[in-house]
Formats: sequence, structure tokens, C-alpha cells
Amino acid sequence: MPKAWEATSEHLLRELAPQVLGAVARRFRDFVSAEDAVQEAMVAAFEQWPRVGIPDNPRGWLIQVASRRMIDQLRSEMARRQRETTVAREAETMAPTVDIESEMDPDDTLILLFMCGHPALTASSAIALTLRVVGGLTTAEIANAFLVPEATMAQRISRAKQSIKSSGVPFRLPAPQERAERLPVVLHVLYLIFSEGYVSTVGVHLQRIDLAREAIRLTRCAKTLLPNDPEVAGLLALMLLTDARRTARTGSNEELIPLTKQDRTLWDQGEMSEGIELLTAALSNGSVGQYQLQAAIAAVHDEAARVEDTDWSQILALYELLKRVSPNPIFALNHAIAAAMVHGPLKGLELLRTLDDDTRLSGHYRLDAVRAHLLEMAGDHESAVKHYRIAAGRTTSIPEQNYLMTQAARLGDTKAQRGETTAAFF
Amino acid sequence: MKYILMMNTMQTGHGVPEWPQTDLQAHISFMMRLNKDLRESGELVSAEGLTFPDQAKLVRAGKNGVPITDGVFPESKEFLAGYWIVDVDSPERAYAIAARASAAPGRGGAPLNMAIEVRPIMSGPPPEMM
Repeated sequence: MPKAWEATSEHLLRELAPQVLGAVARRFRDFVSAEDAVQEAMVAAFEQWPRVGIPDNPRGWLIQVASRRMIDQLRSEMARRQRETTVAREAETMAPTVDIESEMDPDDTLILLFMCGHPALTASSAIALTLRVVGGLTTAEIANAFLVPEATMAQRISRAKQSIKSSGVPFRLPAPQERAERLPVVLHVLYLIFSEGYVSTVGVHLQRIDLAREAIRLTRCAKTLLPNDPEVAGLLALMLLTDARRTARTGSNEELIPLTKQDRTLWDQGEMSEGIELLTAALSNGSVGQYQLQAAIAAVHDEAARVEDTDWSQILALYELLKRVSPNPIFALNHAIAAAMVHGPLKGLELLRTLDDDTRLSGHYRLDAVRAHLLEMAGDHESAVKHYRIAAGRTTSIPEQNYLMTQAARLGDTKAQRGETTAAFF
Repeated sequence: MKYILMMNTMQTGHGVPEWPQTDLQAHISFMMRLNKDLRESGELVSAEGLTFPDQAKLVRAGKNGVPITDGVFPESKEFLAGYWIVDVDSPERAYAIAARASAAPGRGGAPLNMAIEVRPIMSGPPPEMM
């Protein structure tokens, strides 16, 4: 008896995608064609299952449909080479039986995840491929999420698969050494998908796939496959602890609300406690990496019921560690903010001056945004307005630009008001 | 990262270049090839050519929001002839595509070396503000 299609069925279907792909790719020894065939099976399932219900054995159904596509393709290809009869028979013997399911390997999803962290891929190709191959998203959905035409996204994915194919990587788990090298790339790709989700949650793109949720789902999956890796757990914790503030992050006009001004009662308690639990377990696991530290900072913020309860000394200590673990200049900027909160704005501004010569930050709006914020704290409103405006002119995010322009205008207004009062007084 | 590549040209007469057929064909196939390559590299978001400036109207809202149009432009002005929107991995890649478009062949097959204005599109993620 087919089961009725529910809202959660979509997740079930997506989770099956990498498992089905693993089975079909292994069976036919052709990753690139198998991936196309599985995509067609997924599209067919999305089209049929909501109407007729979910088959008793959804995995078997998908494998069957994908394998049929593979055989059709093999047949027509061989026919073209005019060796029709023998090959058709060959294809027949390769036809899937129920047995194909027993060939499935629980590591298939992990193999695919590492494949998407292949050094031959650019970041944008790795992101697209991860969402399709591991995430089970359709090309149309991925294209829509990144606001590019479907044909463009299809080409990007197809090229990514070709570079993997031409690099001759076998369909199996990389050796431990290579795995250790690729894991940071895999985690970075998941992190990028999550941060891209920020763009789609701000603005009017209601029809878009929720990339932040997808990133959390994929990282959860990575955590199940690599349960003892503290950085995988750290990344998942970071995502949950950040996502917990989602509803509080934007106002009724989609405007950006900074952490210090958010209505903290809107923070998702479930996500927060899950993130903290994951993080606590990860930190007791040994080596501390950048995702665990970022998650720890997010946790300190989340644990403060009111903004004035924030334990800034702990945040400062964590940023000092983070700066040592990862030389990302954005961490150095945030470190300056934490220092300002603990030791006063002048200390923060002093630290910012040491970043002025950092070529990685030159012209980056964040340097001006942070400087503006600290200048405002220090009471130098005129310079603060100037730097808020410079920052607003350099950011590539519209919500961020609106926020920064509003900050400059707010300080401008107070100044004007003070001017008026003075004039009226005399 | 998304960028817009804007191709500006000087307006001359009604805009249509008066080149020999072979030169014109070389120019057209160069542009078609460029678009095809960008589609195949998975970088093309959109590409549009615009009609010549003699078809352009400047519109302003008058009283009660009624449109007031104006369509006479000085001939010496630079006009947007067309644009590409690309989604690429680095600004350098956007510049490389612009340089390729800039070198489109003109009269006698010589590269036109048109000025292509490259600007990032506002599509970055806002960071979590501290």
C-alpha cells in the first residue's frame, strides 16, 4: 500500500538520493551517467509521489527507475555503435534485481560528500554539486536558490562532474590522509551553503529553497557519518546556534536587526540547546578547531538573556584563541569589537589600526563598519557617520547597506536635533 | 559573485555599424560564441542587447504621476549598448570576460577595445552583526 505524501516526505526523498546514486554508480561503474539517471528518477518521484503516494519501497523504486534510464542510455549508445544485439543482451544481464539494494554501502553518502570536496572543483561548483549529489535537490531548485537560469546551473554541475571524471577518482572512500585534507574543504562548502542561506532569508525570495535549512540537514548527515570528528560537530553547533536567531534577525520590513538589538525571546530554544549540547560534547573530544570556537562564541551570545548579560571577557578569550587557530582577518575584526566591549572603545580602535595594512581587508566594508561602531562608542559621532557611510558604499549586501546608511542617518539626526535645541536655547 | 558587464558605445548616426559584410559577420559570430561559452561554463546569468538610443525615451513623473517623456539625445553621448550578468568565482574572472568582450572585432577585423564597465551586483550575504 503506498503511503500518502506528507510535508516531511520531501526530506525522505532527498535523503535517499545519495544512497541510490551510490548503488547505481557502483553497479554501472559510471558516476557521471548514474548521477544524471538518479536526477531523472528524483524528478519523476517528485512529480508522481505527491499524486499517487509513496511506494512501499521508495529506495527500490528510485533504483529501478534510475537503472532503467541507465539501460536505455546504454542501449541507445551501443545501437549507435551498431553492436545492438550483443550489447542489448549485456545490458539485460546488468538489469537491476532486488539484489542491487544489498550492494548498497552505508558509506556511499560519505564517499559522495568527499567527492564534492575534490580539489579540482571551484567553490561554486562544489556547492552546486554537493546540493545535487548529496542533498538530492533538483537542478531547478539549486538554480532558483542562487538566482541563475536552470541551463546555467545544469552546465555548472555537468562541468563539475566532468572534472571529477577526468581526474580519474575511483568511487570509494579516500585514504585517511586524503580524507583529513579534504574534510576542511567539505566543511567549508557546507558553511558557504549556510551563509548563502542568509541572502535568501533576507528579501522577497519566498519561493527559494531554504539553503540554511539544507546546510543544517547536510551537516547533520555528515555528523552521523563522522560521529567522532569534533569539527563536524562544531560546524553543526555553529549553524544551529546562529540559525536559532533567525526570526529575531529581521524586522517587519525585512530590515536587518543586529545581535545587540534583537528580541531574545524570539530565539529558538530547541536549536540553542541542541547546539550547546553538541558543542559541549565536541569540546571534550580533544583538538579544538575554528568551527568549535565560532560555535562557542555564538553560544556565549545565545546564553545571555539580555544583551547587557553578555560575557564579553569570555568572548574576548575565545577570539584570541580563534585568531591563533585561523588567520582569517574577519576574526581579527571581531576580536577588536570584543576587546572594545571589555577594555573600552579606544582599545578596540587601537587594534583596528593594526589591521589597516592588512591587504586582505583593504577596501573591505567590514573594517569601516566596525570602526564606525567603535567611534560611535567612543563618542566621536562625526567620524562614526563618515565611516558608516564609507562602509555602506562598499558592502555588496542590500540589507547591510540599508542598515549602515540608517546608522549614519540616526547619528546625523541626533546631531541636527542637538543643533536645533541649542539654537532654541539661545 | 555576480557582476554586470556593461558595454558602452559612442552613438554615431543611428548606431548600426557600416562595416563590410565579412567584418559584420565576424563581429556577430564573435558575440554569439562568447555567449555560448559563458552558458557552457555555467557562468551566464543573462545577456541582453539594447535597441539604439534613437528608440530611447527619458521618462519622469509629472503632476499626478503622469509620465512625461523626452527623447532627444545629444549625439556625442555614450550609450549602453548591452550587458552581461555573470556569476563567477572571482573579480579577476569577471575582468577576463570583459576583456574578451572588449576585443570584439570591428572594421577590418581589428579589435574594437570597447570600454566595458564591470560592477559587482549587490548579492552578498550580510554577516551576523555583533
